Amino acid sequence: MKIYVCVKQVPDTSGVVAVNPDGTMNRAKMPTIINPDDLNAMEAALQLKESEGATVVAVSMGPPQAGEMMRELLAMGADEAVLISGREFGGSDTFATSQIIAGGIHHMGIGKEDLVLCGRQAIDGDTAQVGPQIAEKLHLPQVTYATEIKKDGDTYTVKRALEDGYMTIQVKSPCLITCIKELNEPRYMSVEGVFEADEKPLTILDYEALKDERLIETDTIGLNGSPTNIFRSFNPPVKGQGEMLQGTEKEMAAALAEKLSAKHVI
Amino acid sequence: MAEFNSSMIEDFSDIWVFCEQRDGKLMPTDFELISEGRKLADQRGSKLIGLLLGDNVTELAKELGGYGADKVIVCEDPALAVYTNEAYTNVVCDMVMERKPEVLLIGASNIGRDLGPRCAARLHTGLTADCTHLDIDMNTYVDFLDKNSNVDVASTTFKMEDVNMKMTRPAFGGHLMATIICPRFRPCMATVRPGVLKKADFDQAKADACEIEVVKPEINAADIHEKVLEVVKEAKEAVDLIGADVVVSIGNGASKDVETAKKLAQDLADALGGGVVGASRALVDAGLMDADRQVGQTGKTVHPKVYVALGISGAIQHKAGMDHSELIIAVNKNENEPIFEVADYGLVGDLFKIVPEMIEAIKAQ
Repeated sequence: MKIYVCVKQVPDTSGVVAVNPDGTMNRAKMPTIINPDDLNAMEAALQLKESEGATVVAVSMGPPQAGEMMRELLAMGADEAVLISGREFGGSDTFATSQIIAGGIHHMGIGKEDLVLCGRQAIDGDTAQVGPQIAEKLHLPQVTYATEIKKDGDTYTVKRALEDGYMTIQVKSPCLITCIKELNEPRYMSVEGVFEADEKPLTILDYEALKDERLIETDTIGLNGSPTNIFRSFNPPVKGQGEMLQGTEKEMAAALAEKLSAKHVI
Repeated sequence: MAEFNSSMIEDFSDIWVFCEQRDGKLMPTDFELISEGRKLADQRGSKLIGLLLGDNVTELAKELGGYGADKVIVCEDPALAVYTNEAYTNVVCDMVMERKPEVLLIGASNIGRDLGPRCAARLHTGLTADCTHLDIDMNTYVDFLDKNSNVDVASTTFKMEDVNMKMTRPAFGGHLMATIICPRFRPCMATVRPGVLKKADFDQAKADACEIEVVKPEINAADIHEKVLEVVKEAKEAVDLIGADVVVSIGNGASKDVETAKKLAQDLADALGGGVVGASRALVDAGLMDADRQVGQTGKTVHPKVYVALGISGAIQHKAGMDHSELIIAVNKNENEPIFEVADYGLVGDLFKIVPEMIEAIKAQ
């Protein structure tokens, strides 16, 4: 059994965000992390490897710098890492991205017992679209928002979170499952793992390597292959500054209470 | 259906809304999307059509007319009673390929976000996730930019004849807003955040006039590989963030003692007449608060009478979920945090010290 785990290196948007003069995010100036939901997918893969035996392949699309992240995933316990990287892939929206990643996975081969795991969504775009779109392009059944995954032979029983509860779904391999943080607690790299990581294969798949794949066409990848375009990006206006209350904690609280009372809020 | 080609954009017309039902009941988001779809259809001069999938759900369709649908297409089959990705994707895509709508809107629920991307991939078209604002008419869009952005519209040239749907959403982790278009393919697809768009007033006459078309879709059991074993509604402590009059949210500033902060927030909400405690993404991501309390782009959108932000910096991601509140009070240690830009009243200081004073002062009024 081979488990492909799709991962993305993302800017850490929880901290200070560097902005270019034109208002776009300056990714080069921001620290990067492994997308949090993807770590849950990796942990799920490693647990399946431990209980059932599997080869875990971390797959990412990104610039060459993402190689560092791939080493971290190898140190966590992945057996192989594959970075899909090339200028031709740049500027891809979710449609084109899933086209490329699906092309990469198809290139490596997906067998009857195999599984693709993804994080639900990446924190830089929050779209949750790439997982299901990879599934469609590989003709795999999908289950999203997994909070529990049980394997019995070729059958996966997955608990899928809903806003008002959950549903339990059974699918057979090969299939694609997207994972959320309620699924598990991702492990850290071990010291041993860090040493072993250097011995494990890290492969780069570029456009040349993938260009014969049916999914990889110049009009379905990169900026030109992306159905969606950014029309305009902007900052919300600064709302006329409200009133900053002054004084000690007690004075500010009293001033607030008076204002709320005057407005009949309380 | 071999003739379906998503790039023949002149073949496509009408605004469609996928109307989600669970357990034979329409979702509140359906009414929001139909109400918004009505505006878009009027801007475009086209029809608004609801697409409802289920089993024995035809009688639900008229209600959608009351919010503005000209017509509802109901696809009835026992296999559609409960959502499965494959059956729903097959039926939605078959209908789209046959009828060619120009726009397809889907609520960004856990189900809509499962269905939408799969359909967009099959249809070879673009999908914009979690939109918070939609326009077709350029005048309407420019007016929106004028009111809701720092763009100086007077000195900007716009292509006024543009009829692509303009889909606006917070981008880059919520630090910026972006308007996305899908100019070369149809249908133009968007998922829309629940609770963001305003529901129109129900009109019985429109409901009565709404045309209903019942379709028996072809569903081949061999195409369905997933089996739903059970659907469980969890009787969680109901957190009604969206309907609350008062929401008091806590953020990173509360992380050193979330339990105390939570108690203070609830006490403050009670002093303000009763309400619920929300949280910023930071606390939810850190596992310190439940996800169903999250306010913001990736959480819930609220518009209470009073919103209090305690120890929340106010990234666009958070503001997207609360900046339409009637009155906003912010407490933060750092006077330079962006939350003060949207606050009506700002109090600079430690929430653990200020909130008890606030509760006491409010009770004394």
